[in-house]
Amino acid sequence: MLTYLLRRATLAAVVMVIVSVICFVLSNVASDPAMGIAGAQATDEDLALIRRQYGLDRSLPVQYADYLGGLVQGDFGTSYLSKRPVLEMITERLPVTALLAVLSMALALAIALPLGCAAALWPNTIVDRIAQLLAVAGQAIPNFWAGLLLIVVFGVQLRWLPISGSQTLAHFVLPTITLGTFAMPPLMRLIRAGMIEVLASDYIRTARAMGIRPWQVTFKYALKNAVLPVISLSAVQFGFMLGGSVVVESIFALNGVGYLAWQSMSRSDMPVIQAIVLLISLFYIVLTLLADLLNGYMDPRLRSGGK
Amino acid sequence: MTDQSTPMTPEEDTLVRKLGFWRKAMAHRTFVFSGTILLVLLLVAVFAHLLAPYDPFAQNIAMRLKPPFWHDTTVAEHVLGTDQLGRDYMSRLIYGARISVTIAIAATVVSAVIGITLGLLAGYYGGWIDTAISTIVTTRLSMPIILIALAVVAIVGPSLTVVIVVLGLLLWDQFAVVTRVATQQVCARDYVMAARVLGSSLPHILFREILPNIRAPLMVVATVEMAHAVLLEAALSFLGLGVQAPLPSWGLMLSEAKTSMFFSPWLIVLPGACLFVLALAINLMGDAMRDLTAGGRG
Repeated sequence: MLTYLLRRATLAAVVMVIVSVICFVLSNVASDPAMGIAGAQATDEDLALIRRQYGLDRSLPVQYADYLGGLVQGDFGTSYLSKRPVLEMITERLPVTALLAVLSMALALAIALPLGCAAALWPNTIVDRIAQLLAVAGQAIPNFWAGLLLIVVFGVQLRWLPISGSQTLAHFVLPTITLGTFAMPPLMRLIRAGMIEVLASDYIRTARAMGIRPWQVTFKYALKNAVLPVISLSAVQFGFMLGGSVVVESIFALNGVGYLAWQSMSRSDMPVIQAIVLLISLFYIVLTLLADLLNGYMDPRLRSGGK
Repeated sequence: MTDQSTPMTPEEDTLVRKLGFWRKAMAHRTFVFSGTILLVLLLVAVFAHLLAPYDPFAQNIAMRLKPPFWHDTTVAEHVLGTDQLGRDYMSRLIYGARISVTIAIAATVVSAVIGITLGLLAGYYGGWIDTAISTIVTTRLSMPIILIALAVVAIVGPSLTVVIVVLGLLLWDQFAVVTRVATQQVCARDYVMAARVLGSSLPHILFREILPNIRAPLMVVATVEMAHAVLLEAALSFLGLGVQAPLPSWGLMLSEAKTSMFFSPWLIVLPGACLFVLALAINLMGDAMRDLTAGGRG
């Protein structure tokens, strides 16, 4: 277990460093920070002055070390436009995105779990067909299009729900549906496939033969094992959703991290973009690490073999 | 070759297997259904210049926002109506197919080349090369695609080529993962051993011995990534950092229609429906391929 944990943690650490290098390249090498700080109408002398002041005339490895040192102390840079610390701008908006992601994940699982189980219990029936159809259709619908359609139908024609802003919980209904249905199909498919595999296994047959109640067999014995890979995928999907929130938040003008990313993108505010990419990646790395550890804890076979 | 009673030459063998695949495929409903849609869309994309009734760029301010044929106020000349600048919507949708199909194919080819090469090397060599490549794959997976794509496009400047290259550079992870595992399995087989013992060159072993034998799972990955590329291009264009106006990308058309969608909802219904049908057909094709090649490691 300890070697598995160590190997997994080392990989996570290495990946974090690589991600930080990529973010550094994005913000300091691929784009000119002096230009960003000075603005469009800066003269060459201004730029030279800024380069000296901000230490941008030093060699890149030195600048990277400086950047990394800042990250460790929680300094993610300063916005070119608002001149505020980036971390502060992100943490302000984090609750909105976190709420959206959690609600969407809950919605996705609330559809995927029962539907996946039902499809696995009665394969090739009408239930299974409907589940498969939903999965295939859900995967092919562009999520921003789904968002626009929801706005037109529920916001404009029926006038049931607000379509823009993040003041009340009602504002989260349409974005949650948009993002949740986007995350649902892979989860449903995995639950269905996992359940079918587990239900065909020997120990389930034994449990059934022993006369344990069918619902107990399904939910206590089968689901528990089928859910293992779902944990990993949920972590992955959660990470995707933070990325997908860029599109959804910009449609519904939800003032979250994704909206901030999109606004910064159109204004070339690289420090903000770089910090958001970095934070989402770090979050994803930690999340998948935790999911792996949880899997290792729940499935002793993984601990010794490692993966 | 299961039965040795009728020995076949290798050429005959592959021919029989190919025919067998097509016979099975033609009886497979999903394959035929999705294949037909894809073929039609491909033809539309190739012959857009012949099929489009109007120039997709020609503006006509007198004919702005005319509704399509199912509305009472429709005009006969424009079956699917016109957009905010009076451009024929049907012509723009037809040319949009060309852009979506081009990007889907080109981005998938770029990502296939990157992913398959990395996967072959990792699977064939193992050891530290495998560890290094797995780390690269993990890094790629941990970074949010849409954000990276947006950031790179924001720096480089948006254009059709940039979108293709950026998507190609971002979508290779599944190719690498699947190729790696399949290569590991195939490497233990006799013919790879034989090739190695005979002193075949590395490219020969990787691309002539291993690659043809792991085709089936890669075709499935290719369809998944193709659908991915279609939807990502649309999302990038929708956010204003993909294909640029006046090109008729379906995603860009959705973004342009946003302002008039309350009064002219068909403007967002049509391009979105096109995207949906294309992505659906590609995904269904992937499912059918998975079904049909299930024998060869789905």
